[in-house]
Amino acid sequence: MAMLTVNRLTKKFGGITALDGIDFSIEKGEVMGVIGPNGSGKTTLINCITGFIKATAGDIIFNGRNIRGMKPHKIVNLGICRTFQIMRPYSSLPAYKNLIIPLYGPRARKTGGWRGGGRHGDRNIIALDLLEEVGFERESKVPYKLAGTLPTGYLKRLELARCLALNPDLLICDEVFSGLSMSEIASMVPLIEKLNKSGVTIIMIEHRLKELFRVARRVMAISYGEKIVEGSPEEVMANEKVKEAYLGA
Amino acid sequence: MQTEKRKERIDRGIKIRSDGIYALSSWREITYLIAPRFLLIGGLLAAPLLLHFFPYWQKVLLIICIYALLSMAFDFLANYVGLVCLGGSFFVGVGGYGAALLNKYLLLSPLISIPLAALFGAAFCTLLLLPCLPLRGVYFAIITLMYPLMMTRIIEAFELFGGTNGMMDIQGFGNPWIEQYFLVVATLVFLFALRRLSVEDLGLVIRGIKDNDQSVRASGINITFIKAQAIFYASFLGCFAGAYLAHVYMWAGLSMFALDFSIIPIAATVVGGGGSLLGAVLGAILLVPLSEVLRAFGPLRIVVYSLILTVVIVIKGEGLLNYLSRKYHQFERWVEI
Repeated sequence: MAMLTVNRLTKKFGGITALDGIDFSIEKGEVMGVIGPNGSGKTTLINCITGFIKATAGDIIFNGRNIRGMKPHKIVNLGICRTFQIMRPYSSLPAYKNLIIPLYGPRARKTGGWRGGGRHGDRNIIALDLLEEVGFERESKVPYKLAGTLPTGYLKRLELARCLALNPDLLICDEVFSGLSMSEIASMVPLIEKLNKSGVTIIMIEHRLKELFRVARRVMAISYGEKIVEGSPEEVMANEKVKEAYLGA
Repeated sequence: MQTEKRKERIDRGIKIRSDGIYALSSWREITYLIAPRFLLIGGLLAAPLLLHFFPYWQKVLLIICIYALLSMAFDFLANYVGLVCLGGSFFVGVGGYGAALLNKYLLLSPLISIPLAALFGAAFCTLLLLPCLPLRGVYFAIITLMYPLMMTRIIEAFELFGGTNGMMDIQGFGNPWIEQYFLVVATLVFLFALRRLSVEDLGLVIRGIKDNDQSVRASGINITFIKAQAIFYASFLGCFAGAYLAHVYMWAGLSMFALDFSIIPIAATVVGGGGSLLGAVLGAILLVPLSEVLRAFGPLRIVVYSLILTVVIVIKGEGLLNYLSRKYHQFERWVEI
C-alpha cells in the first residue's frame, strides 16, 4: 500500500485554481521529485499536504488516514515534516537552540528519546549532534552563533536539521538547493541520499534538475496546477508538454 | 594630516573571564557577577526598612511593585511571545474583584485570597483571551484594550459587585511589615522565575513563536496552547497585582479597570528597556516615584511627566537597562581607521 496517496487535490484561491485535481502516490522509501515552472503550484501542493492551507477538494491519505483539513502540528506528529523554501529560523536564538523547539514537541519526545541520556535526552547535546549531522562543524563557533547571523547555506541546513529532529517518516523538501553554491549543493546531495537510505521517504521540490535527478527515481511535473506527466527523469525530460511548460510553445 | 577615528566597543576582560566556569576563580569576578543582582535584591528588600519613617513612601514602594509586576507581564508578552497586550487593567480588575469576592464571601485572609485570586483570575483572563490568540500585532492590542472597557460597562449596567460604588470593607493586611514584604518578595520571585522560564526549553518555544510561529507549527507544536500558557503566566502576575491592590485599598471598584494600569507599564518597559524583564522593573522603579515627586507641579504634573518621558525615549530609545549593562560590560575607545 502506498504511504501517501493524493486524490483529485484541488485548491482554489477565489477565482484562481492553484491546484487542479492533482493525483499521485508515493511508496515507502521512495524519493520523488516535483518540478514545474514558477507559479505552477508546487509550494501550494506542499502547503495543502502539510495542512498550512486547507485544500478545497480532494483527499490526502497518509498511512490509510485522510489528513485533509487537519491542523499542521497534528500532521507533523503523524510523521510528515517539511522545510520552508524561504528559511524560517528563530533569528534571536543561537543555531543549536533553534533545534530545542522541535525537540520539545510531542513527536520528538515520542521518537527521539533514545538519542541522549535521561528521560528525553539532553536536548542541547541532541541538537549539537543533529547540527553536526547536517554539516555544522562541531568544534567551531558556528552552532553557537545567532541564527539571524548565519549565511544561507547554513540556514538551509538548519531547516533540514529541524526536520531531522522530528524523525520524519515522510520529508518534504521545498527547494533545499536554491540559493546555494555548487559546492554547498555537492555536500547536500549525499545528505539527502543518506537520509533516504535510513528509510525516510522524501518528496523534493526542486529547480536544480541535475542534482534532483541524482537522488529522485521518479519525477512529477506540474504546470498551472495540473499534473502534466509523471515517470522516470528521462521520460519526463523527453516529454513535449514539459518542454512547452518551461520554454513556451 | 588628521586621521579619522572611530569609536570601538570591546567587552571588558572581566566579562569574558566570568562568562564560563572561570567566574569562580576570584572574588573580583564573583563580585562582578553578583553585584548587579545583589543591588536589586538587596535594595528592594531593604527598602521597607529604610522607608520606615516615611509611611507615605512605603505606600509608593507598594505601587512601584504593583507596576513592576504589570510591566513584567507586558514585557513578557510583548518581547517574548510577540503579543502586544494593552490589557494590564483587565488583569488588575479581574484580580481585584476576585480577591474581594474571595475575601468577602469565603472570608479568606489576604495571604490566601491573593494567590487564589491570581490563580482563578489568570484562568478567567486566559479563557476570555483564548479566541483572540490567532490575532497578532495591533489587532490583539485593540482587543485587549476593549476587554477592561467592556467589563466596566457590564458591571455598571447590571449593578454587579456593588455597581459603581464597588465592594467595600475588604480585609486589610493589618501588619505593615507583612503587607510590604509579601509584595516585595513576590515581585522578586516572579521576576527571577520568569527570567528562568525564558531560558528553559518551554521559554525557548515561547520565544520561537515570536520569531517565527509558522516554523513552530511545522515542528509539531500547537502554538495556541503555548500562547495560552504564556498568557496565563502574564495574567497571573497582573491578577496578583490587582488582588494585592484590593487588599491594600480595602476596596475593589471600577477604577481598577482604569487605563493607567495598561499604559504606565508600557511606558516603564520602554524607558527601562524591553526584552529582559529586568528593564521593565527598573522602569517601574524610576517612573512611579517620579510621578509622585511631580505632584509638586499640581495640575501641570502630567505635562512635565510626559515631557520627561518623551526626552528619555528620544535620547535613550534603547532603554536604560540596555544602556547601563553596556557600560557595565563593555568599554569604549577611539581607534584610528
